[in-house]
Amino acid sequence: MPKSAKSSAAPATTPSAAVTPGAATTPGAASPAAAPVTAAPLTAAPVRLAVRKTYKLYIGGKFPRSESGRTFVVDGDNVALASRKDARDAVLAARAAQSKWAGATAYNRGQVLYRIAEMIEARRAEFVALGVPDAEVDATIDRWVWYAGWSDKIAQVTGGANPVAGPYLNISAPEPTGVVGIVAPASLLGLVSVIAPAIVTGNTVVVLADAPQIAITLAEVLATSDVPGGVVNLLTGRHPETAPWLASHDDVNALDLTGVTDPELAVEWERAAAGTLKRVIRPSGATDFTADPGLRPMTALLETKTVWHPKGY
Amino acid sequence: MTVTASAELSDLRSFLHGLPGVDKVGVEARAAALATRSIKADSKAAAIDLAIRMVDLTTLEGADTPGKVRALCAKAIRPDPADPACPPVAAICVYPAMAPIAAAALAGSGVHLASVATAFPSGQAPLEVKLADTRDAVAAGADEIDMVISRGAFLAGDYRRVFDEIVAVKQACGDAHLKVILETGELATYDNIRRASWLAMLAGADFIKTSTGKVSVNATLPITLVMLEAVRDFRERHGRIIGVKPAGGIKTTKDAIKYLVLINETVGDEWLHPDRFRFGASSLLNDLLMQRTKLTTGHYAGPDYFTLD
Amino acid sequence: MFEYAPAPESRSVVEIASSYGLFIDGSFDGGKDGNVFKTVDPATEEVLAEVAAAGPEDVDRAVAAARRAFTTWSALPGSERAKYLFRIARIIQERSRELAVLESLDNGKPIRESRDVDLPLVAAHFFYYAGWADKLRYAGFGPDPRPLGVAAQVIPWNFPLLMLAWKIAPALATGNTVVLKPAETTPLSALFFADVCRQAELPAGVVNIVTGAGDTGAYLVRHPDVAKVAFTGSTEVGREIARSVAGTGKRLTLELGGKAANIVFDDAPIDQAVEGIVNGIFFNQGHVCCAGSRLLVQESVLDQVLESLKRRMATLRVGDPLDKNTDIGAINSAAQLARITELSEIGVQEGAERWSPECSLPDRGFWFAPTIFTGVTQAHRIAREEIFGPVLSVLTFRTPDEAVAKANNTPYGLSAGIWTEKGSRILAVADKLRAGVVWANTFNKFDPASPFGGYKESGYGREGGRHGLEAYLA
Repeated sequence: MPKSAKSSAAPATTPSAAVTPGAATTPGAASPAAAPVTAAPLTAAPVRLAVRKTYKLYIGGKFPRSESGRTFVVDGDNVALASRKDARDAVLAARAAQSKWAGATAYNRGQVLYRIAEMIEARRAEFVALGVPDAEVDATIDRWVWYAGWSDKIAQVTGGANPVAGPYLNISAPEPTGVVGIVAPASLLGLVSVIAPAIVTGNTVVVLADAPQIAITLAEVLATSDVPGGVVNLLTGRHPETAPWLASHDDVNALDLTGVTDPELAVEWERAAAGTLKRVIRPSGATDFTADPGLRPMTALLETKTVWHPKGY
Repeated sequence: MTVTASAELSDLRSFLHGLPGVDKVGVEARAAALATRSIKADSKAAAIDLAIRMVDLTTLEGADTPGKVRALCAKAIRPDPADPACPPVAAICVYPAMAPIAAAALAGSGVHLASVATAFPSGQAPLEVKLADTRDAVAAGADEIDMVISRGAFLAGDYRRVFDEIVAVKQACGDAHLKVILETGELATYDNIRRASWLAMLAGADFIKTSTGKVSVNATLPITLVMLEAVRDFRERHGRIIGVKPAGGIKTTKDAIKYLVLINETVGDEWLHPDRFRFGASSLLNDLLMQRTKLTTGHYAGPDYFTLD
Repeated sequence: MFEYAPAPESRSVVEIASSYGLFIDGSFDGGKDGNVFKTVDPATEEVLAEVAAAGPEDVDRAVAAARRAFTTWSALPGSERAKYLFRIARIIQERSRELAVLESLDNGKPIRESRDVDLPLVAAHFFYYAGWADKLRYAGFGPDPRPLGVAAQVIPWNFPLLMLAWKIAPALATGNTVVLKPAETTPLSALFFADVCRQAELPAGVVNIVTGAGDTGAYLVRHPDVAKVAFTGSTEVGREIARSVAGTGKRLTLELGGKAANIVFDDAPIDQAVEGIVNGIFFNQGHVCCAGSRLLVQESVLDQVLESLKRRMATLRVGDPLDKNTDIGAINSAAQLARITELSEIGVQEGAERWSPECSLPDRGFWFAPTIFTGVTQAHRIAREEIFGPVLSVLTFRTPDEAVAKANNTPYGLSAGIWTEKGSRILAVADKLRAGVVWANTFNKFDPASPFGGYKESGYGREGGRHGLEAYLA
């Protein structure tokens, strides 16, 4: 486990190796048949061919293809199909980033989260173009701002001095659980509603995202905000393939199953998570992401550390 | 002069401040835990006799008179007139002015004569006065001198002065044993008590003693524990055994036995001897005698059956 | 050294019946199948009583009783629930000597500890949570926090009554009802607690006690009518419970094993650190999940610390738990003794150096001399596995970073200790330790107001303090 900090550099720099097989197995990316037709302008100027985005994974602050070289088609786009090894690499990246992110000042983490909100506002059109309703983009931005403000308040609300019956200073303070594996809901608001409460307190996350284009566009926001690489890692693909590896991974501390729609799979993964006694978030029923989230999304991924010290001279 | 020449002396401040700290809560908890030891039956009888043999029966009042001192000496020699098996106390402790009276009263008894000296209790007098005080007491027959350190100098950080005074007094003692009173109540912190203990031992003390009995905080279990740890560690380092004397505030047999437990579990049986451990006390003796009588007779004793001194 | 004559606490303050039934719906009855097991005094191997072993039907009855009681109990005003808990706290105080002696008899722990630590904390815990019962909306869990239902609680044998208090007090304060299973080797104090509940006139079914072995507990936590599971015990069993609870929607809190590092820096207050080391590993025979079982000493003071530690260990008094002068009592069971013995032998085989002070152990009963292993590294099994006995592994470190890295190099994360006089070092090291409780310049201190619980495989959820309410509120 302690080796992970050093070895994490290796997987983060491997995407170039994955380029070749990835390109070889994705001829569709060059196929004009899949391209949306741009309406011809009224003028007689030649039709300009749009430059398309390649939807890759987001690991350790970089955008590698899947190490497996695989893609799958979503709404006409070829999207990286993450493998268990991508999940492994993402956990390494998340672990490598965790202590520094947790060690940043709460003020700094709040600033970084606020910056994310700014960047989404600036890229609002991209999300709208992907079919996210305006109101949901608004709510998403507001959610980042809400959580940004919590960074330097949650410890005051959930921690404090305990009046023990003796000559001791006794203080409880929340600390991040560590690396959190998340099976995310499909919507943009759902996605940020599981990422933000995890990272605001200093956790780092590996997110298995639905709606890959939205997720990767969010990743591009994160990459151009001030979020350190590895704090959020996003994998697109098929959850049943990758989630079990996160659930059973010895170096993952918590598992958020909010986005799992198949209850049987949720039980299976929750059981796997028991192997290392991961903290598991498993909401009963669908979550209304427009509602006030309350503290639980944050506190579920916090540990309470209580420190004692005698008083005396 | 038995001062050990060592690096410790070349830089007293660095040495004393380099001693491990004492955690107040921890040392008090340890002392409190030892105080819960339950001493019963034969152990208790032996403990009471030992405690009696460790008493420095003390009177240090402006109102002390020859009559009072002679009465105390008689009691020291034969604490329980009704029981010849009752051992005598270790010593009588008086002011220098009373030393000649006590010396005469104790002659041939085997009970030691301790005299406070060095401008007891404040110690606020020129060194020459303190030395004269000491020489007078020894000349009057005292074979144990209870000196006070200059707490003012200690608290001002002038460790060298405190050290030099102890060395000088030790010299003035000649063959008399030197007990150095730290006046722990005025040193205030356990760290200071540990440092002052080492300072006194390095300077040649034969005993380190907690208190004059004249300030509000006198001997306590945790203070004595810290001093016992100091003599234990000093012995490890220098091979010399230094005695310990808690004084003031020890009034009951129960208290005294707690101190014996402290010795037993901190420094061991080498210190369970009147040459190594003393109680500076006055009213303690009668309570020890009452408890002793209760053990021998099987019923509770009353104060009217013990001499009032 | 002067010998202390034996000073046994009187056994006559507690009257133990020859047999005990289950406490279900406010009254005692024998189990449906009539199965019983014996509980013994581990110091003498004498049988103390026969106790009913609850079968599935008994557990069903207990859960049903708790469900029935939940309706009215949860509807009571908090202020009324509070008064029941205050009553219980007071009765425990009044009966504390009786319960302390009982606990020492059934568990083997020294009377000094059951009298001065366990029982005062038990009463304090009920007092603390009693006060919360009518203040829950101020606890920070929303404006109208609701109880969950029936709480299934399974507790260990190391602090039988204290663990019961940690479980039952917050559950009742928040309006839940309880089915509790005490450990197989220490069922008696829970059954006496049932009597305390009757004395307090607690409504029938609010607290039910089902005694039995592991299968009784397994059946209880799997029961479909249970809304909440709270378990304290081994990490292995905790894992099993987490698996069995998966997908049920039951709330779960686990307080599991540990392998705590007790870190001694070169500037530590050595005498108090030695006390802390001794208290850390020999308190309650080392049967403590948060025991400081890995001593990490800065190499530059290793000799000094070891010498002081050995000298101190030589004064430890092992023997009759009821003797007021006993420091280390009996190992709780033959099985636990076998495990401690086995792991200690493995320590020797792996090349660590074993040392114990001279101490004569009684002929009958389960005993293990206080033991330290030196020359231990992170690669030794005795530095990795929880021994749950009076066995300390001594390791060294050179720098603070190395100390932190070694301390955290374990799947557990329950507790840790730091000994140094330097304040900034305490704060920095405490920040970096991955453990739920960090004792700086002290060890093994507990308080009802202080949240307790682990990181990583030491479990999840907190017991004690405001935090301890969360596990019982929706």
